[in-house]
Amino acid sequence: MNVYDLPDQEGYFGPYGGTFVSETLMAAIEELKTQYERYRQDPEFLTELAHELHHYVGRPSPIYHAKRLSEHLGGAQIYLKREDLNHTGAHKVNNTIGQAMLARRMGKPRVIAETGAGQHGVATATVAARYGMECVVYMGAEDVRRQAQNVYRMKLLGARVVPVESGSKTLKDALNEAMRDWVTHIDDTFYIIGTVAGPHPYPTMVRDFNAVVGRECLTQMPDLVGRQPDVILACVGGGSNAMGIFYPYILQESVRLIGVEAGGDGLSSGRHAASLSAGVPGVLHGNRTYLLQDAHGQIIETHSISAGLDYPGVGPEHAWLKDSGRASYVAITDGEALQAFHTLCRLEGILPALESSHAVAQAMKMAPVLGKDQIILVNLSGRGDKDMATVAERSGLHL
Amino acid sequence: MSRIASTFAHLSGLNRKALIPFFTVGDPLLELAVPTMRALVSGGADILELGIPFSDPMADGPTIQRASERALQNGVTLTDVLAVVSEFRLTDDQTPVVLMGYANPIERLGLDAFAAQARDAGVDGVLVVDYPPLEARHLKAALSLVGIDTIFLLSPTTTEQRMREIAQLATGYLYYVSLRGVTGAGHLEVEAVAAQVARIRSCARVPVGVGFGIRDGATARRLSEVADAVVVGSRLVEEIEASIPTEVPHRAETLMRQFRLAMDGAQ
Repeated sequence: MNVYDLPDQEGYFGPYGGTFVSETLMAAIEELKTQYERYRQDPEFLTELAHELHHYVGRPSPIYHAKRLSEHLGGAQIYLKREDLNHTGAHKVNNTIGQAMLARRMGKPRVIAETGAGQHGVATATVAARYGMECVVYMGAEDVRRQAQNVYRMKLLGARVVPVESGSKTLKDALNEAMRDWVTHIDDTFYIIGTVAGPHPYPTMVRDFNAVVGRECLTQMPDLVGRQPDVILACVGGGSNAMGIFYPYILQESVRLIGVEAGGDGLSSGRHAASLSAGVPGVLHGNRTYLLQDAHGQIIETHSISAGLDYPGVGPEHAWLKDSGRASYVAITDGEALQAFHTLCRLEGILPALESSHAVAQAMKMAPVLGKDQIILVNLSGRGDKDMATVAERSGLHL
Repeated sequence: MSRIASTFAHLSGLNRKALIPFFTVGDPLLELAVPTMRALVSGGADILELGIPFSDPMADGPTIQRASERALQNGVTLTDVLAVVSEFRLTDDQTPVVLMGYANPIERLGLDAFAAQARDAGVDGVLVVDYPPLEARHLKAALSLVGIDTIFLLSPTTTEQRMREIAQLATGYLYYVSLRGVTGAGHLEVEAVAAQVARIRSCARVPVGVGFGIRDGATARRLSEVADAVVVGSRLVEEIEASIPTEVPHRAETLMRQFRLAMDGAQ
């Protein structure tokens, strides 16, 4: 492969992607497409974005050699891309800053977002405060209950959090409700989608804003170890942190790209969120992609210990990378992710998000069977402070 | 001539406008779908729109979302919806039936299989909410092979150029979404809608219906002065929701008759 220029004009990555929305949203989508095309190459926009990412987010994030973890496993060397050190504690802010800057240029004073665990909601509320915009975050009622601390955090930042009572009361229903808000307030509202899914151009735009992660790695790895890694691992819910680190590496074919999905109680249990490992293609939330659905095309409820991975779909570009064989996808169970969480805490003094713990768990599986000269780069997409109550509960404690 | 075309031709001869009710199949019970369809026709409905339940009805407001959830709790599938149309056709081979739903259940069945089964059941038109024209190409091709119309939406935010393109593609009728928002939402600005419908009719080759937010006879009456058809969805679904199951067909018929009388009074 010498060139990778997906998506095509219609927003397709092979058979995946597209623009599957009601006519009532088409004008807003067209406007977004035009404006994004204009600003993605605009030097003034890109300069401001770089400035914000440096001074407000704290980029570039470092890459850290997890020596004790590597020694403990006795095989490949594990390196961590420290997105957990970003302002707000995850990669999500890379994207919300970009979209909020675009919203300002489009004259939209109001931003809305969907959120699962609350990380994207917090990142959106943060930039809305930073730019003085009105912010409404839709969150499944079930998630509002599970993530009380992030709900309060969003409120402190001035956002209004709307609990969504429809459907399964989780992330997918929050996304439905945000779409309904958007269609009702098209003139003054910009919808900041938090992952590489949704109608075109969202999968491309969210990828592009997060690709700063992979671009930094492209120069940091040679500086650190004199070469690129052998394997890159990233967790995949909707897939924004994974696309961010994978995308700049797609043409570096010697680097294996592996996405790690939420295996929940195990793929055979049916209680998981591994759309690529166990789903079939279909249409949801504006794009065609792999979905967890029943035999009649109804979307089924998912399960993961990590609310951020608890989504029945996945970004269409991941669907394409899977089918084309450029990336592969595996699943890690709740138990394996928890074990990785504790191991990283104890051996490296780093408290990873439960989402990112899935990628760490995969590294722990792979490292012992690889040679000591092999290099695994893990996208440590977020920090785990938000997950302490969940982890404590699993250990029989109540904070 | 298709059932939809002959229905509009017949109504035009009578100087009447089409009344199109919508409800979700399986809400509140699957076995009530056919009796409700017959009752709606007795009450004065000209075309029936049947909702295919879906787990994630992104373009629908709370009323139709709840209807979809009730139907799914009853285990209703797209195959059940097609069986309902077949059964309805045993006693009514005149009234056009249009299926309205989302892409995923249809894609799961397969576009060609869906088209063949829809034809066998006696379906006349299909409206897939999340298939804008560009994404509807394959379904439209499959449906036109079996003589079924693909119905498209137009909205207040649709640009002039896009409106002309969609009007050229349209078969059966065009469905103008009369407000910015989801089904059943907000307040309808009747005069603005009327002006927009007039614009659409000037470039459309098929009749133009209006729906979303039509809650009373007076609104239906005013809109039937400018449009070829009026769609009543959430208002009917509310009536179904408020009714005990055994009374659903009767209350649906009564509601239809109110709209029918209001609309015909306009002529």
